[in-house]
Amino acid sequence: MTVANDSDLEGQIAAWRAYVHRRRELHQTDAEELEDHLRSRITELTDAGLQPDEAFLIAVKRMGSLDELSREFAREHSERLWKQLVLPSEPDAEVVARSRRDLPVMVLCAVVAAVSVKVPSLFGIDISDDESGFYGRNLSLFALPALTAYFVWKRRIGPRVVGVLAALFVVGALAANAYPLTDDSQTIVLTAIHLPMALWLVVGVAYVGGEWRSGRRRMDFIRFTGEWLIYFVLIGLGGGVLMAFTVGTFRAIGLDAEDFIASWLMPCGAVAAVTVAAWLVEAKQSVIENMAPVLTRIFTPLFTATLTAFLVAILWTTNGIDVERDALILFDLLLVAVLGLLLYGISARDATAGPGLFDRLQLALVVIALIIDALVLVAITGRITEGGFSPNKSAALGENIILLVNLAWSAWLLLGFVRGSRPFARLEKWQTGYVIVYAIWAWTVVLAFPLVFDFA
Amino acid sequence: MYITKDLVAASTTPLVLGILAEGESYGYAILKQVNDLSGGQLEWTDGLLYPLLHRMERLGHVESTWQRPPGGRRRKYYRITDQGRAELSEQRRQWSAVVDALRGVWNATPSINPITAPAWEAGT
Repeated sequence: MTVANDSDLEGQIAAWRAYVHRRRELHQTDAEELEDHLRSRITELTDAGLQPDEAFLIAVKRMGSLDELSREFAREHSERLWKQLVLPSEPDAEVVARSRRDLPVMVLCAVVAAVSVKVPSLFGIDISDDESGFYGRNLSLFALPALTAYFVWKRRIGPRVVGVLAALFVVGALAANAYPLTDDSQTIVLTAIHLPMALWLVVGVAYVGGEWRSGRRRMDFIRFTGEWLIYFVLIGLGGGVLMAFTVGTFRAIGLDAEDFIASWLMPCGAVAAVTVAAWLVEAKQSVIENMAPVLTRIFTPLFTATLTAFLVAILWTTNGIDVERDALILFDLLLVAVLGLLLYGISARDATAGPGLFDRLQLALVVIALIIDALVLVAITGRITEGGFSPNKSAALGENIILLVNLAWSAWLLLGFVRGSRPFARLEKWQTGYVIVYAIWAWTVVLAFPLVFDFA
Repeated sequence: MYITKDLVAASTTPLVLGILAEGESYGYAILKQVNDLSGGQLEWTDGLLYPLLHRMERLGHVESTWQRPPGGRRRKYYRITDQGRAELSEQRRQWSAVVDALRGVWNATPSINPITAPAWEAGT
């Protein structure tokens, strides 16, 4: 082998490396590992008597097509690139054409949602003086079908899954409107809270393109939910500023814009923002770092410190927890917050990295939250059973138990991980599997609670 | 001989785990060993071994370290974990059940002996 041959070979390998680096699915270390493989193969072939350039060609060929390779890597490492949801299986031109239509389709869906929210006012039900609670329990039915339709288009979902999605929305609409619920009943409030959750998971089915059984795709949806919430809140803040200026400027010229805002701008803007936020997540996810995991990093230590202080305060002062009925809901929300911190800690984590300080912090957070919640439950059990089970109490207690079970087992899995006896993937699998429990619970509250509690 | 994709896919995990059970190794060496063990009949696309290894690492069956031999390029080595060994024996149990069942079928129906070439081809 001559020196010229060697530098030729290095040049070819460098070109190959540059080609690999253009694939965002493949990280630096993956490329390095593949290059090592390529070099080993070339060495073997040249030792067998082949010319370096021949050996290079064969080695590259045996490595397999880079498209297929990137797709497999993308499938395996969805945490680093749920950004690349359009896996490189399609010809580029078509992808470009579709992404150009992405914006008009999104606008269409958002407009449909905005218009649909005004349709009931043709029949005399206006959102600004909605006394029957019609909008309260139906709002998600205006906002979420359009979002689902957007994902149906975007993921090219087949007619069978579309049928199931539509059926679920119809069931939701029936549950919210067909039961004879009076507007001051507890179950109607529960429906108003739980129907959006149930339907959000229906959106999830569309988001994952019908592959709802896949744990990794469910994790993608959890990631999406976090980012979506952040964008939605940001749009909401912007909307608030817009409304303040609208009211102020029109007042300056003696016109009252408040009616317009209450019955047009706010409801239409809010339901349209649902779709726009989703589109933003899809369009911008490869541009900026995901926000939810960043916020998690900031707030996990703060929550841990606050809850520790709270626990110490309980033990120090031996003050019992004041068990108002609302207290249970407050602590439910606390568990939701802790679960959120845990989830978005998991969602951005490299599952193969070893246990670190942050994992211990998360374990501490979960354990402290569990202890606090256990104290609350002990304090409240006596009180909650004395007046019988009202819908509100049952829902609050049920949710508490669901979250408690989730966090208790998560703590156990985290402990195993921190001690090195269990892989991190177990925790991820547990969380994605548990999504089914939320779906079952939300639908139970929406469908069964009114019947069980006789529309109370 | 062509072996179907499904069969190759099903056998990769136990093969890789079995090879790693004998000691730590790296991608290229694993592939070579698979090739030797199967007498060259089991053909993998080289690159696809790596996503598989990463998946096994995520599941906790193997763990990896980068090592740099003096004066050489660094290389990623994989080592089997206790959980990986448990998985291997579980896979082994399942595979021997399948192999036993297949052997029963082959013995019960002698007409499907693996004849290498039809008689009319043998003469040509």
